[in-house]
Amino acid sequence: MNVMEEKAVRVRSKKKSKSAEIWKRIKRNVGAMIGLVIIIVFALSAIFANQIRPEELVTKQDVTVRLQGPSAAHLFGTDAYGRDLLTRVLYGSRISLTIGIFTAGFSLMFGGLLGAAAAYYGGQADNIIMRIMDMFTAIPGTLLALAIVAALGANMTNLLIAITISSIPGFVRLIRSTVLTVVESDYVEAARACGTRDGRIILKHILPNAIGPIIVQTTESISGMILQASGLSYIGMGVQPPRPEWGAMISESREFMRQYPYLMIFPGACIILAALSFNLVGDGLRDALDPRLRD
Amino acid sequence: MLRYVIKRLLLLIPVLLGVTLIIFTIMAIQPGDPGRMILGENASQEAVEKLNDQLGVNRPFVVRFVSYLYNAVFKLDFGKSYRTSQPVFNDVFARAGTSFKIAFNGIFMATVVGIPLGILSAVKQYSAVDTFSRVTAMLAAAIPPFWLGMMLIFVFALKMQWLPSNGIESWKSFILPMVTLGIPYAGSQLRMTRSTMLETIRQDYVRTAKAKGVPQGIIIFRHALRNALLPIITITATSFGGLLGGAVITESVFSMPGLGTLIVTGIRQRDTPSVLAATIFLAFMFGVIMLVVDLIYAFVDPRIKAKYSR
Repeated sequence: MNVMEEKAVRVRSKKKSKSAEIWKRIKRNVGAMIGLVIIIVFALSAIFANQIRPEELVTKQDVTVRLQGPSAAHLFGTDAYGRDLLTRVLYGSRISLTIGIFTAGFSLMFGGLLGAAAAYYGGQADNIIMRIMDMFTAIPGTLLALAIVAALGANMTNLLIAITISSIPGFVRLIRSTVLTVVESDYVEAARACGTRDGRIILKHILPNAIGPIIVQTTESISGMILQASGLSYIGMGVQPPRPEWGAMISESREFMRQYPYLMIFPGACIILAALSFNLVGDGLRDALDPRLRD
Repeated sequence: MLRYVIKRLLLLIPVLLGVTLIIFTIMAIQPGDPGRMILGENASQEAVEKLNDQLGVNRPFVVRFVSYLYNAVFKLDFGKSYRTSQPVFNDVFARAGTSFKIAFNGIFMATVVGIPLGILSAVKQYSAVDTFSRVTAMLAAAIPPFWLGMMLIFVFALKMQWLPSNGIESWKSFILPMVTLGIPYAGSQLRMTRSTMLETIRQDYVRTAKAKGVPQGIIIFRHALRNALLPIITITATSFGGLLGGAVITESVFSMPGLGTLIVTGIRQRDTPSVLAATIFLAFMFGVIMLVVDLIYAFVDPRIKAKYSR
């Protein structure tokens, strides 16, 4: 292949792939790369947790080694029941990542449907959907989630449902406003004039053009959801002990905090790192997708 | 203007009705009954049934809901707490002060720290100050408040013994909660201020002012900040409204009797009237705060004021 051909190929592939262009910009963003690495580490430890440490260690109690500080045998030390803290923190990443990603996904799905419908149909539909969202917004999110968990029973699935419901209004609002700007554009008008079906217009014309801010918001919301889930578990309205949820672990460490602060430091550091990583990636995505910063 | 205020207050009514319906439904789904919660595990089934009849919780959902609304709307009677047998608003008003202080302090600290740093960060974009503020803001947003609260208790209450770790006895008790809430919210204030300031700084009128040779201080505060204020005011006010009841986890860390704790206790003990009263109060306050925000807009932005007078 001569130089000219090679150049032509390169130019074509550049034009073809928008995502490659975005990826190139993210790669230059140090913060986003750090965030991505942290997410990958957490994801790997969540997936391979049982290869790293056997699952029975999560709840295995051993009074002979209770409340031991970090050592070679127990890198993060042991808790009041003599359980290995590293193992528990490791398995905790499964819970927090699952909650964060699934709640964000479900909120996006339901919020997206409602928000897009409100923006696209306008008029009465818009009015009804948004007034209902106003009612949910008037209740502080944490309290709404808490009440729902109390009604359904405190466990991981219900926590997931509760956080999803309490974050849907935010998603509806965002997606509605993003879609509104697209709906009023000429190409949607043109598609409508051609008699394209509603579903097809929404999927093929509106979504691809509105997706940027939505992806950013969803990524950043994952960190908020991880924080909220740990907060609710902390006050006993979420994942229940002995499951190794980070917030619940911090709650258990409360009575030992004076002598054994490491019990709350390790799970706390994990929550911070996990929340931080999604914020960093979201921020990097925003910079990469922002047309004003292009070139 | 007055007509606008009245219209907005009237629009609050359907929102409050909706909130009531949502909370009423959630509380009705909750397993367990108040009679059993009040009398305890050892009480006889008969006594529990009798108490439940007295409280009226055995009636069908629709009957209960309609009679609650009827009493609330026409007699302004929101019922008595199942737990204390006192009119529910006694508790709500007694705790509103504490919640108000906690939320105000937190937002005050967030504003004092976040907005100046945000302005500085935007004006000196890509400088060391900017990088430092952005990294700090990112980190602040990722710290769970309950963990931050516990670390502060560990350092300042248990180790140094400078400040109390719980209660509301003196002004000192409010310092740690203020920092606990102030730091994460300062992070979001900073980011919001920075991004809106960056947007206004790129506007033509700012460039014109610069070209005219207007001193930088005046450009920043009069030309840029005034136009960047609207979103900043919005986020400050919504955070404050949200914190009034949403600081429940922080209240629990520092054992402070605020509205959030009242609602959590109410939910745990199936005390539906208390939960409803506190939530309706919070939703009402939230609506009023949002109205005040819109009125402040009119003072900040003459374009919006012109719309009202039309």
